[in-house]
Amino acid sequence: MSFSRLIRTVQLGLKSLMLHKLRSGLTMLGIVFGVFSVIAMLAIGEGASAQAQKQIVALGATNIIVRSIKPVEGSSSDTSQGGTPRYGLLRSDFRRLTKTIPTVLDAIPIRELPREARFLRHTMNCRLVGCTAEYVAINHLGLLKGRFLTDADQQNLANVVVLASDVATKLFPTEDPLGKALQVDSMYYTVIGVTADRTPSAGIGGSLAAQDFNKDLYIPINTFRVRLGDQIFTPKQGGMDSEYVELNQITLSVKTVDDVLKTADAVRGTLEKFHTQKDFAVVVPLELLKQADQLRQIFNIVLGSIAAISLIVGGIGIMNIMLATVTERTREIGIRRALGARQRDIIEQFLTETVVLSGSGGLLGVGLGLMTPYAFLLIRWVTFNFILDTKRGTLSETTRMFSEMQPTVALWSLPLAFGISVGIGILFGLYPAHAAAKLDPIEALRHE
Amino acid sequence: MKLAAQVVDLTKFYDLGPAIPVAGANDELQYAPIAANEGRILVKALRGVSIDFPEGDFVAVMGSSGSGKSTLLNVLGGLDRPTTGHYVLGGEDVSQMDDVELSHVRNQKIGFIFQSYNLIMQYTVLENIELPLQYRPGYPALSAADHEWCLNLAKKVGLGDRLDHRPFQLSGGQQQRVAVARSMVNDPEIILADEPTGNLDSATGIEIMEMLWALNREGRTIIMVTHEHDIAEWAKRQIVMRDGLVHKETRTRPVHDTSDPVPHRRMASANV
Repeated sequence: MSFSRLIRTVQLGLKSLMLHKLRSGLTMLGIVFGVFSVIAMLAIGEGASAQAQKQIVALGATNIIVRSIKPVEGSSSDTSQGGTPRYGLLRSDFRRLTKTIPTVLDAIPIRELPREARFLRHTMNCRLVGCTAEYVAINHLGLLKGRFLTDADQQNLANVVVLASDVATKLFPTEDPLGKALQVDSMYYTVIGVTADRTPSAGIGGSLAAQDFNKDLYIPINTFRVRLGDQIFTPKQGGMDSEYVELNQITLSVKTVDDVLKTADAVRGTLEKFHTQKDFAVVVPLELLKQADQLRQIFNIVLGSIAAISLIVGGIGIMNIMLATVTERTREIGIRRALGARQRDIIEQFLTETVVLSGSGGLLGVGLGLMTPYAFLLIRWVTFNFILDTKRGTLSETTRMFSEMQPTVALWSLPLAFGISVGIGILFGLYPAHAAAKLDPIEALRHE
Repeated sequence: MKLAAQVVDLTKFYDLGPAIPVAGANDELQYAPIAANEGRILVKALRGVSIDFPEGDFVAVMGSSGSGKSTLLNVLGGLDRPTTGHYVLGGEDVSQMDDVELSHVRNQKIGFIFQSYNLIMQYTVLENIELPLQYRPGYPALSAADHEWCLNLAKKVGLGDRLDHRPFQLSGGQQQRVAVARSMVNDPEIILADEPTGNLDSATGIEIMEMLWALNREGRTIIMVTHEHDIAEWAKRQIVMRDGLVHKETRTRPVHDTSDPVPHRRMASANV
């Protein structure tokens, strides 16, 4: 088909469609919403997975996290310290990993305990984290005020603490925390810095539970060891409970993403040799990232298919209207055939009409689809202001995810949805067009 | 004499499906328009029609309904294929062409004028006249010359001031004029008029016949189907069909006669 003829056929199609504006408009709506829902569904899916991915990336794609886990009760736990369960990563593990695996660039030993922090009358349940100076770099942590821990602090066993942002605002609502003495248990630490806000991580399966980093207190790990020790006693009914843990976590970082998986294997192998019980877990954010990517694909396929159903419904609407149109315009078809139109010309005419219909519907749908993030904002606003009626802080994990999710329109979904709408036009226009072309011209001319 | 069109021994049978044997059926049945043949019911709409249409002739085909005149017109118009026989149009046998070739023939060699005008409602007068040009072989875009040509045709049928009107804004006579202009747009070999005055009052009918006569005087070959005798009188030759055969053929005027076809008008002008 030559270009001028294509233009002519499209003009003809537009003309016929404009004859029945309401009917064409309503038919088009089916496609408009079909395309819109495809784009919107994909945007929401994309938004949800982007959030998960952001969290995983925050863990660091080049990082490997080794966590201590408490072995299941009744398994062969080592109770050499007079009934105290002893498990988890050891300082010797840390030395071994950093010395023997050459791809390991940096490593931080981490020790954590839930503790109550106090300043004057203010108290807060915090997490006391013993770590080293590298912690800030590996976790991409920003500093609001002051400085982070240094190697000198480690060597001097300094009684210093860096506060996470929430702790700083809660315990020091009116004054500058720097230089103040923060009380944890019976000991005092001098505040030397405050970190910037850090997004809490949701539980990503495995041994990484959901963590809220904004309630952390960072102290040098050597200080932690000296002040609190490895054996921790916690009061319980009728006595004391105790457990012996040297390190809760070792975060390793490697140079490039390619090194991650083999390093993780090496770490696993090394640790398994020296641990008789399964009291550690290796978490590789990169693997999680890949899993999240697969999850996103599944998400997209499922959501996209649901949306595609509405596109098909729109297509059936088009087919219905076109069949009615063919019956209505039988006479016109007869006239055209008598004046020299081939069957192919009739097919092309009707097919162009459906494609113009579905194509313009598709364009409108793409336009609407681009509005998805704003539509989502509106829905969220309505939900939180009129339906849920909750105050922040009492939100569950899911609602918080909902409140923080940002749908992003995937650029590739625009041509895809538009293409599908045109394809639907062709698919569902083919039968009516064929029915029109197959009409006997004599019968068609006689049609009233 | 050069022939614009010629049909030779044309037959057209319609198969209505298997025959149900009827007690007492005899051989006479095969002469009836409906006949049983090899266990099937055949409608023999045309049973061997041969007619020559010389160039410049004006032929009226008459006959009662069921006589086969509509079938003959469909075959002549390239809308239907004969069962046997030949139909030569402009020196080319078109009797067994496929749909694509026949569409081409309809577009290039035949001009249609229908009883019910058959204009496209959403098109203007000018667009209706241009319609056959849309299906020209090779589908060239409309040129300025094409446009000029269609404008001239519209002026010729007296619709130069109604170019942007739609068919429903026109009277029946005006619509038929559009159809006449449309029938000539591709400069056809023959013009087929199917009861061109059937939907018009007699005064308007005469206007249209004047127009056809004027076309014929220019040398156009016109084949017209009608059942009105006074309309058939405008033609130079009258063919009466009956039971799928040519029943009677009368030539009232020679092929290249250009005199006024209406006898009393002719007489009136002679008396002056």
